[in-house]
Amino acid sequence: MSAAPESRVRSAIPAQTLPQAVDGGQADSRPIKLKATGIDFFYGAFQALHDVSIDFFENRITALIGPSGCGKSTFIRNLNRINETIRGARCEGEILLDGENIRDIDVTQLRRRVGMVFQRPNPFPKSIFDNVAYGVKVNGLARGKRAIEEKVENSLRRAALWDEVNDKLHKSAYALSGGQQQRLCIARALAVDPHVLLLDEPCSALDPIATGKIEDLLFTLKDQCTMVIVTHNMQQAARVSDYTGFFLLGKLIEFNKTGVIFRTPAQKETEDYITGRFG
Amino acid sequence: MSVRLIRRKIVNAVMLALTGLCTLITASTLLVILGYLVFNGASSIDWNFFTRLPLSPGETGGGMANAIVGSFQILFLAAALGIPLGVAAGIYLAEFSPNSVFSFFVRYTADLLNGVPSIVVGIVAWSVVVVPMKRFSALSGGLALAMMLIPITVRTTEQFLKDVPVSMREGALALGASRWRAVATVVVPAASAGILTGVILGVARIAGETAPLLFTALNNQFWAKGWREPIASLPVMIYTHAISPYEDWHRQAWAAGLVLLALVLFANIAARFILSRGTHAQRG
Repeated sequence: MSAAPESRVRSAIPAQTLPQAVDGGQADSRPIKLKATGIDFFYGAFQALHDVSIDFFENRITALIGPSGCGKSTFIRNLNRINETIRGARCEGEILLDGENIRDIDVTQLRRRVGMVFQRPNPFPKSIFDNVAYGVKVNGLARGKRAIEEKVENSLRRAALWDEVNDKLHKSAYALSGGQQQRLCIARALAVDPHVLLLDEPCSALDPIATGKIEDLLFTLKDQCTMVIVTHNMQQAARVSDYTGFFLLGKLIEFNKTGVIFRTPAQKETEDYITGRFG
Repeated sequence: MSVRLIRRKIVNAVMLALTGLCTLITASTLLVILGYLVFNGASSIDWNFFTRLPLSPGETGGGMANAIVGSFQILFLAAALGIPLGVAAGIYLAEFSPNSVFSFFVRYTADLLNGVPSIVVGIVAWSVVVVPMKRFSALSGGLALAMMLIPITVRTTEQFLKDVPVSMREGALALGASRWRAVATVVVPAASAGILTGVILGVARIAGETAPLLFTALNNQFWAKGWREPIASLPVMIYTHAISPYEDWHRQAWAAGLVLLALVLFANIAARFILSRGTHAQRG
């Protein structure tokens, strides 16, 4: 089990460091931003998800945990319909974004509203500037050089990357370190002002210090968007999230406030997983 | 040392020597060709060779200016026709319909077309263009070479596009780009160094083709007056000069061979340079 960097205040699991606001199992005061109901998902004949239903509350961070291959990544890849690009993939069930079925939303519009950050940093082979400007240009969110420049600077500031890159905006994105590249990808996603940000194991390719920076960033972004983070690092889920869902073998075993999941899980499987008995 | 160990060491040494020898033979083939061309042709390469028209047999001097320019004209035509078509088809195969029956058919056709003997391509171009037009022309030569360039371009484009990581496509799509936008602005640029290299190598390959030009572009001792005229090219010029009975023409043929080989080698080196720079940029 990897240790959290010692300098960090919000360190590993101990109960007293969990977010205090979350206790009890009552519904959140925030409205439901994204509502998935009865999701079954198939890769060809293989069923990867079984009847998964989760409500994601606005401006909250929801963590999805579980062992490798449990379907947590597959699940969030349905939320922006990126799974549709996979041949033979089929999703059943209903996903509502602000009450609107995501199948009725034009897919490019949906993906502007529901941004995604991937497991490995995937900057385009372009300059740092052009990476961030990409979504802005594609969606026509800013017209003119000045407006785009402002958008890029603003996004890089929101991703806490501006100070590190403002003197080399026109250098290749590949010149950045892995952690910087991942924050660039977050900046790129933020540039189109998404309402929801999906993060698919965003720190799995990063060292603990870069991981810490990303986690800090998630806290600062909380009041700007709703976030869903897939992680197989349980300390990370405990540190950053308000809600946690535990997946096992394509099923959602348990979903609750993070404090409840980590302190008093209702299911035996959840307890076994978070106490490290398997996985 | 046991007998078994000695045997193993001997076998090892023999096999190493054998493969080394084969490598040496392979590499030296190019050097032998190059040496032969330089030995026989270098003396005939002078300023006149690049600036003057061929002279009648018996007169000394003269050059192959029209064949050099003509080769470039035909290649330009072939590239203008073949590259856009081939790249577009390659993009379609790799990005938009990689698994359809139609794509399978196209891919198979491209591979077959790649294996069609160049003389057959020449006959086809002759019957499709030369016969209806009732004349040999630069146009028909360019078309014949384009037919050879298209399958090479299709397959290399497809291959280099497939090598672009899926995460790149998903990254663009996840930002709200349409599929076409993602392909045009992210995937193709990411593969551009590879595609450009493939295209250069393809053009270099068809630059030396003689058979498709023999009864399409034919030959011309003078400057061609337009695309509808027969036109001279280096490979055909080499052919006609080499089978002629004149000593002076033979030397000219060697010189033309040397120039052609130099051009192809140069194109290859340029392609490798572009590819290595392209991949370097991606690594950062």
